Amino acid sequence: MSMELDVFVGNTTIMDMEVYQLWLDGLTVSDAVKVRMDEGALLECEANPEVLTSDTMDQFRTFQMCERLLHSPTKLGSQLLYQIPAQNQIILIERYYEFDSVFAREVLGKKLSKGTKKDLDDTSCKTGITLKSCRRQFDNFKRVFKVVEELKGPLVENIQRHFLLSDTLARDYAAIVFFANSRFETGKRKLQYLSFQDFAFCAGQLISYWTIGAMGAPTVPDSMMEDMDVDLEKEFLNELKDLKVLVNDKDMMDQHKILVCAALRGKIKVYKLMEVNFKNLSRALINLASKLTHTKDVRDLFIDLVEKFIEPCRYDRWTVAEITLFLTHYTNAAHCLGTFRHQMIWDRYMGVIKSCILQMYHE
Amino acid sequence: MPGKLKAKIVAGRHLPVMDRASDLTDAFVEVKFGNTTFKTDVFPKSLNPQWNSEWFKFEVDDEDLQDEPLQITVLDHDTYSANDAIGKVYIDIDPLLSCEAATVISGWLPIYDTIHGIRGEINVLVKVDLFNDLNRFRQSSCGVKFFCTTSIPRCYRVALVHGFVEELVVNEDPEYQWIDRIRTPRASNEARQRLISLMSGELQRKIGLKVLEMGGNAVVGYLQCFDLEGESGLVVRAIGTACTLDKLSPGTAPNTTTHTNTHTLPNTAPTSNACNSPSKDSKESPLAHGCRSTHNSPVHSTCSSQRLSHSQNFSVSVPTLVFTGMGSGGSVGKEAGPLKTLLRQHTQSALEQREFPIFTLTCFPPGFLVHVGGVVSTRSVKLLDRIHNPDEPETRDAWWEEIRQEIKSHAKALGCHAVVGYSESTSICEEVCILSASGTAAMLNPRFMREGCLDTGGSDHRLSRQPHPGMVGSERGEGEVSSTWLGFEDASPPSCGFVHIPYDEFNMPFPAQLTYCYHCRRQKVPDVLFTTIDLPAEAEVTGKGCLIQARLCRTKKKAQGEVNATSISNLLPFMEYELHTQLMNKLKLRSMNALFGLRIQISVGENMLLGLASATGVYLSALPAPGGIQIAGKTPSDLSYDQHISTMQKRIDDTIAKNKELYNIHPPECIEEVVGSPIPDRQRSSRLFRSTSESSDELSELDLSHGKKDAFVLEIDDTDAVEDIQSLLTDAPIPAGFYSCNTEVMPGIHNWTSGLQMFTSVRVYRLSNANLTNQGLNKIFTDLCENLLKSLYFKLRSMIPCCLCHLNFTVAVPEEELIQVAVTAVAMSFDKETQQAADKALTRGSGENEEQLQFSMEMCGESTISNNQPTAKPSGVPESAMVHSSRVSSSERCSPLPEGRSRSLRSTRSLPCGAPVTVVKMTPLSFLPGTRIVKYLGIINMFFIRETTSLREEGGVSGFLHSFIAEVFAMVRAHVAALGGNALVSYSMKECVFMENPNKNQAQCLINVSGDAVIFIRESDQEAIPPLLTSRQTSSTGADGTT
Repeated sequence: MSMELDVFVGNTTIMDMEVYQLWLDGLTVSDAVKVRMDEGALLECEANPEVLTSDTMDQFRTFQMCERLLHSPTKLGSQLLYQIPAQNQIILIERYYEFDSVFAREVLGKKLSKGTKKDLDDTSCKTGITLKSCRRQFDNFKRVFKVVEELKGPLVENIQRHFLLSDTLARDYAAIVFFANSRFETGKRKLQYLSFQDFAFCAGQLISYWTIGAMGAPTVPDSMMEDMDVDLEKEFLNELKDLKVLVNDKDMMDQHKILVCAALRGKIKVYKLMEVNFKNLSRALINLASKLTHTKDVRDLFIDLVEKFIEPCRYDRWTVAEITLFLTHYTNAAHCLGTFRHQMIWDRYMGVIKSCILQMYHE
Repeated sequence: MPGKLKAKIVAGRHLPVMDRASDLTDAFVEVKFGNTTFKTDVFPKSLNPQWNSEWFKFEVDDEDLQDEPLQITVLDHDTYSANDAIGKVYIDIDPLLSCEAATVISGWLPIYDTIHGIRGEINVLVKVDLFNDLNRFRQSSCGVKFFCTTSIPRCYRVALVHGFVEELVVNEDPEYQWIDRIRTPRASNEARQRLISLMSGELQRKIGLKVLEMGGNAVVGYLQCFDLEGESGLVVRAIGTACTLDKLSPGTAPNTTTHTNTHTLPNTAPTSNACNSPSKDSKESPLAHGCRSTHNSPVHSTCSSQRLSHSQNFSVSVPTLVFTGMGSGGSVGKEAGPLKTLLRQHTQSALEQREFPIFTLTCFPPGFLVHVGGVVSTRSVKLLDRIHNPDEPETRDAWWEEIRQEIKSHAKALGCHAVVGYSESTSICEEVCILSASGTAAMLNPRFMREGCLDTGGSDHRLSRQPHPGMVGSERGEGEVSSTWLGFEDASPPSCGFVHIPYDEFNMPFPAQLTYCYHCRRQKVPDVLFTTIDLPAEAEVTGKGCLIQARLCRTKKKAQGEVNATSISNLLPFMEYELHTQLMNKLKLRSMNALFGLRIQISVGENMLLGLASATGVYLSALPAPGGIQIAGKTPSDLSYDQHISTMQKRIDDTIAKNKELYNIHPPECIEEVVGSPIPDRQRSSRLFRSTSESSDELSELDLSHGKKDAFVLEIDDTDAVEDIQSLLTDAPIPAGFYSCNTEVMPGIHNWTSGLQMFTSVRVYRLSNANLTNQGLNKIFTDLCENLLKSLYFKLRSMIPCCLCHLNFTVAVPEEELIQVAVTAVAMSFDKETQQAADKALTRGSGENEEQLQFSMEMCGESTISNNQPTAKPSGVPESAMVHSSRVSSSERCSPLPEGRSRSLRSTRSLPCGAPVTVVKMTPLSFLPGTRIVKYLGIINMFFIRETTSLREEGGVSGFLHSFIAEVFAMVRAHVAALGGNALVSYSMKECVFMENPNKNQAQCLINVSGDAVIFIRESDQEAIPPLLTSRQTSSTGADGTT
């Protein structure tokens, strides 16, 4: 005797969010039943394993049938097939698009292509996340990327509008899209210590200050704002070359150093080392800026920051507070240089660099 | 007289990609009615086309308007090859033909394809202009209103109940026509869908004509069924109750709706048509005879006729059981005699004209139902034969006529003139067909047959949340009522009158155990009462009710033709008998004494018969307490055996005690002292019986040996019986917080919140072992049902405390080794805290009538707003409902989210894409708790076929059926919303035929659903209602007390 068919359909679609999570985690029905049993589901309503299996299968089937709709969340609200209360729709979508930051860290900066998808079993082994879940998360990245790639307007807003995600989640996706688009190098060994959140923060900074959309874009008509958030502003990157004067002009560089040293004397423990290394550090930051016109160098932004700035500092055992102080005065001092005329560009550049370095400066 | 149908195609959305190259679709639409077709322009390269077409106008006869559906086909334009169909929408325009229903159909409707399912949606506008207003309803039956609801619809008042209407139409099934061999499955399915839609329309029109002839304007309790007879054809049949309904003016509406709610005022005329003697056949089978003599409890077999006509037209009418509440004869009260005779005379004259005094209604106004005799049912086994002339479906008509006659005569045998709660069904396997009909024999108050005195002010049972609102709208019309009837009323207090026996004590149709009514102590009542109707609002119930099911499986040999039919008809009486025994045992085990909503389904397969009886058990305060169950070994035997017996006895006693606690059954103990009348000893043990084998000889032997004993004993002589007891005791207990019933609402629960969840669950079991015994099969079948229930409880656990109402089981044997069980029900949550208070009040109320009366009279004088009467739940309804919902929504779990909350939530946060989809509630009940139905928009009656040739890809059979049922729900909701409604009440899934061929990777399913589209508003939205409601309750309680 066997159950050939077993379905339950409610006028309002019944969805158990705990089971949903198990499904999202890519568990098989029997594994999910085990988990539920361990969590004490059998104590409820005098259930038995048979009932639990039936319920789990039914729920999994429901989720599978809804998955198609979750691929374009806006349809979920207007479709007629499943009557799902609005707040459940929101949860369904949000959870479907949530991702493991460990996984996201692995994929970050990689091309969201078939090739990468094929390597997901490695990622799955490495992270301990089921392959099914990895695939879902990867497909989500790719789907969001494809949709917003073509769109005009602010990235986060676009993601929110098309995928109905919460603000935080939309921002994370914006970071992923941004990284995938610019293909930043994140895989190097030296960058391994950085988490997804570190990168997401940096991406947020770049999007907010270095893209076209960043500079008071709202006045620009929509048609003019293609990819405004996804790509860094070309003009700005070109202008960064002008900053070279800070290292090329010896007087200016000395002047800069004097100002910074004056401000920091007695305030940081690593003052001596800073004084010795000032030119190197300054050169590192300015050279980084001037190279950003090349796509290749843009990609290496983070590795360069680590190699040229963070590592030397770490070697000299700077504390975060000291770095904060240094970067603040380093930035401000440039304003006092009488001959330096690129204040705007300088602030735009250093603001981002400073917050990125601070975010990235940890073990 | 002609009319003009206008349709406008506005837009489409979510269309499927039809052109792989561009990932887009060039869609256009064909709009067809009758033989006229219009087309829209092609809207190129879009999945969301905006056609914004002109108005397509069809000038047609109203006969066509009634029969034909509007057919909308969405196609993909293809320059080089034939255009591909995307899918279709059939729109039934009947709701637009009545001025009181919907005026326009407008909205997004799913585009449906029988192979691919729902493929996007289309936005349409449909209107009808009927010419010549004066003559509007005369020539065709346009304007006759149809209701699936088996009570008088909420916003109507009944002026007259005309009685039974029936009609059937037959046709060849397109699936079996020669052309089907050469056309595609899609074409064949569409031909079938269209044909059935046409036939339903025709049927409805014909019934409408009959109603007009009778002078009515509406059909209530409309029940339409399909018989897929395969080769022999396709039968669509319908029954209903013709009425004249008056629309309540908006001003009075709120007031009246609250109390017309549960009731119907079929002011009908049952006939006492001079029907022949109940056992219309001389040849009573020994078996049936056995049944009768065995049971001093409620089985009575009236007739068994075997009629073998010529070769092709074979028919066996099966011995039929009539369930009533009977015991061994008690003493007889004389005073009732003359009154009864008088009543009978009066009723007779009023009912004489009626051919069938049959009513499909299950809810009545207080006072309408005078006495209830018991369940009458008839089954007949027929051999199907090709219908030669579809225009004259005489055979099928004759079959049903025969059955109805038999029902009528059964009712007569119980001393009743009418049958209420009537329904008909069939079960078909190959060329064998079992026709079944059942109802409740009843005596109706002739006062309701007269015109114009039906201004009832009855209180509503459900909405008032009152345990036993006694009385009785009829009070107002009282002035006109002749003294005879007043006298009659006196004799039967409304809260117990309906349980008084309608038949003559001196001339009882069978041996019966009568006692004086425990409520009024003047009239005789049976010890057990079985009915097919809902619990009358005025009935006094102790404690809560529960679902009681009897399940049975019987193997039979495979056979053909007459042999097969004969063997089936031989098995049927045994099955009925056993089901009945099981019901009785389970009823006693729960310490209850009455069944409502009894529905017995017998399903035939090639090598087995399935029987499933469902009912809601209650303890009627007016009936005597049921005795316990006593077990005895038949033969004297050794010690261990005795021990075994005593253990079992203990378990049974424990279970009974536990059940009493569970269902809160604590009947008052004082009655006997008060009366001092010849009530038989209540402590007597009742004896339970079971038939132990299929051999009729043995059975009758058993009957003889035990029929005369006083002790009521469950024999455990054979292994069957042991298993029986086991199954009795192993019926899984309901998890805490759950209740279940198959009636409209649960007796004893009144404070519903607005949280509800309608659902359908289907299971199919494959029996792997072909050589199963009856016992083995029984166990499998019982487990199947029990597990299904368990799963339902588990699924709905987040709604606790809640009650599964209107649990409707349907069993079928789709293939040789398959058992299919389908359940449709609604889970409704209620408020726990106030429930307990109500319980207390209830227990007290049933014991201390006098005091309660006084109390409520006092309350009467107080301001009505703060009126918390003792029997009703303490605080205002909306408040407690709110408490409940906030608790639930704040809780973390968001799994089975009841529909109740979805609406308000949606309104507070709309998703960013266009207008949010209207939330449409669906319920098999005739009402939605906490709401008021303000308009009926028309009947929804839809038939869908879905087929797949890629079963595995669609997730196997479960995936396939799951999405199909979801699609059906979606289409129903969309059509309700397009009519402007927000709910479908009296929903039922009448047919769910599932066929599969996994080897070919194919499956097919047919589903037929129906219900009434309505607009409801929340009661809490308008503050005027609760006070009104409360005051009404109070007055009704007062009235109750006076009786």
